[in-house]
Amino acid sequence: MSTFDDPFDADRRLSRSGCVCGQHGSMGEHDKAGLSLRCEPAPTDEKRYQSVVASAIMREMFPKDAARRAFLKAVGASTALAAISQFFPLQTATEAFADAGAPEKKDLKVGFIPITCATPIIMAAPLGFYAKHGLNVEVVKTAGWAVVRDKTINKEYDAAHMLAPMPLAISLGLGSNPIPFTVPAIENINGQGITLAIKHKDKRDPRDWKGMKFAIPFDYSMHNYLLRYYLAEHGIDPDTDVQLRSVPPPEMVANLRADNIDGFLAPDNICQRAIYDGVGFMHILSKEIWDGHPCCSFAASREFITASPNSFAALTRAIVDATAYASKAENRKQIAEAIAPANYINAPVTVLEQALTGTYADGLGGVKTDPKRVDFDPFPWQSFAVWMLTQMKRWGQIKGDVDYKQVAEQVYLATDTRKVMTDMGLTPPPTSYKSFSVMGKSFDPASPEDYLNSFKIRKAS
Amino acid sequence: MTNSSLRVRAAMLSIALFVAFIGIWHLATRGTGHVGSMSPEYARLMGLTATQGKSAMPGPFDVGAKLWEHLQRPFYDNGPNDKGLGIQLGYSMLRVGLGYLLAVVVAIPLGFLIGMSPLVSRALDPFIQILKPISPLAWMPLALYTIKDSGLSAIFVIFICSVWPMLLNTAFGVAAVREEWINVARTLEVGTLRRAFTVILPAAAPTILTGMRISIGIAWLVIVAAEMLVGGTGIGYFVWNEWNNLSISNVIIAILLIGVVGMLLDQILARFTRMVTFPE
Repeated sequence: MSTFDDPFDADRRLSRSGCVCGQHGSMGEHDKAGLSLRCEPAPTDEKRYQSVVASAIMREMFPKDAARRAFLKAVGASTALAAISQFFPLQTATEAFADAGAPEKKDLKVGFIPITCATPIIMAAPLGFYAKHGLNVEVVKTAGWAVVRDKTINKEYDAAHMLAPMPLAISLGLGSNPIPFTVPAIENINGQGITLAIKHKDKRDPRDWKGMKFAIPFDYSMHNYLLRYYLAEHGIDPDTDVQLRSVPPPEMVANLRADNIDGFLAPDNICQRAIYDGVGFMHILSKEIWDGHPCCSFAASREFITASPNSFAALTRAIVDATAYASKAENRKQIAEAIAPANYINAPVTVLEQALTGTYADGLGGVKTDPKRVDFDPFPWQSFAVWMLTQMKRWGQIKGDVDYKQVAEQVYLATDTRKVMTDMGLTPPPTSYKSFSVMGKSFDPASPEDYLNSFKIRKAS
Repeated sequence: MTNSSLRVRAAMLSIALFVAFIGIWHLATRGTGHVGSMSPEYARLMGLTATQGKSAMPGPFDVGAKLWEHLQRPFYDNGPNDKGLGIQLGYSMLRVGLGYLLAVVVAIPLGFLIGMSPLVSRALDPFIQILKPISPLAWMPLALYTIKDSGLSAIFVIFICSVWPMLLNTAFGVAAVREEWINVARTLEVGTLRRAFTVILPAAAPTILTGMRISIGIAWLVIVAAEMLVGGTGIGYFVWNEWNNLSISNVIIAILLIGVVGMLLDQILARFTRMVTFPE
């Protein structure tokens, strides 16, 4: 599916009647294309913007498709482009478009936790994605999730890398005062794993895991929900049969070595680091629980959006841009090298490369390859948010009723991100809800309460 | 003569202990050398601990080499999250300095007040006794939440932890000034303010400075914990950042430097204490 189509193609329809993005004949075709969900950027940005601008100009000049087609057929696409450039400053218009409103605040601070989930946020600094969108961003490494939360709430950071459920929790006032937070972009999908201590290499069936101790990075994390889900599906009650501990990622490896925990569901580079240091092995990748699950998000407070809408838009564009770049397998090695130094993630390049390229040592003597071990996709599906809310309620973090749809829509800015992506010439999905399946059980975002009630193991409320 | 021979013998014992320590450390971290067989493709993806049986704990020579590397360029700046050790120590000392000064400004006048008035002393005592033993890490979340600025929070935590020894020592020193001296001042009809500055202050100075010396030690203890939490800059952040990378060599180097700087700060205050000490 091409994200950008040529406005000088005579056979292309300019009218937007076919589907929302205008690239498909019908809505059905569009939906089908949308399911593949990958956002492939155009060859270069100038070209992409130029095309978007040219499209608009052609539409203005020839409001009727028939007339435009006739014109293009008569003179040819390149002549048409040359002719328009003669009397319309395409270059200037493109630049003006790319600028899209000067940012109110150019010098921004963005907090991150040093794990590969933050790849787009981090790499956007050394690889110049922030600068390209007119921003001067300082990416600041932060000690832990609670500190990221507090520093963002205190406005020391303008925006930050957060675990995908955190903005929901902050907005709902779980673990802090309720403050409206938003997610303009998801950082990564997949990219986590369950790592066990080497001594458990023959205990691969979760049913044998009773009494074991596991570490998770934070209570409001996909890691927590995925591990609980995985355990519960195997008949282990995560609240009574095992111990789950919130442990900062770097301490996980040390704790695993010291035999304080039996394993963890952690973000990468931590999983791979445990393998690299010879203390653990990869039990399963998180994508085997739910392929395409979100993990971390790019989050900002509602207040920041209101106060500096253009800065926010530029920031979102930079992140979407970086995410699109990171989603390409051929760029991953370069990214691993860019984010490995002490200023960013501070980890051995080999470890990051294994996590990002998906060719990795499994810790038991084998080399495995899974190019989708981690992937990057910015679109903040509201159905992701609904799923997280069901799990928050399932494990007793949310007590009482919650308006799933309303919370999801307030926090996960699918509509705004769709507009940004369309403006950038990318093809965002037309809907904000999709169903997906977690360990073979399908989730329908339209009826979260039924989904929740279908689980046997849950916290007694 | 006996004095200098004692010094020589003590120095020799110190060196012997140091050599023994390094020797044991070296032997303990030599590595097992025990490695299972693995394919070269797999080995390429693994770390030295797994492939060569190298100990996860660095030996003294690894640390020495790393330390040399740091000492050669102590002031590099590779962006907001990676600065040289010299810069990190500078940030830490600046924070400690600010928090400590604030504590001095509050503790000494307040200590005077408490020392001179038994009523205030009794009234404030329960508060001081409760607040004194609280760990810096316990203050941190509260500070972050209320002050809403991590830099100021760190300074506040240093202040709140280093204020108590100074306060108590000042109060004690002031209260313990010999009654005869006060009485002499009174007979000579010296005013309260003048009495405080010319009689009580010099008399209580050694005790006050001892309190300040304890406090600077505490402030330096606190800074590492505070910076590990708030991050950004400082030697505490450096420890945390290297811990993140499981780079134990760098953590050991940081520990060494924290010790050296702490000792220097203590020595400076000790010198001041000697300056104000008087024979009775």
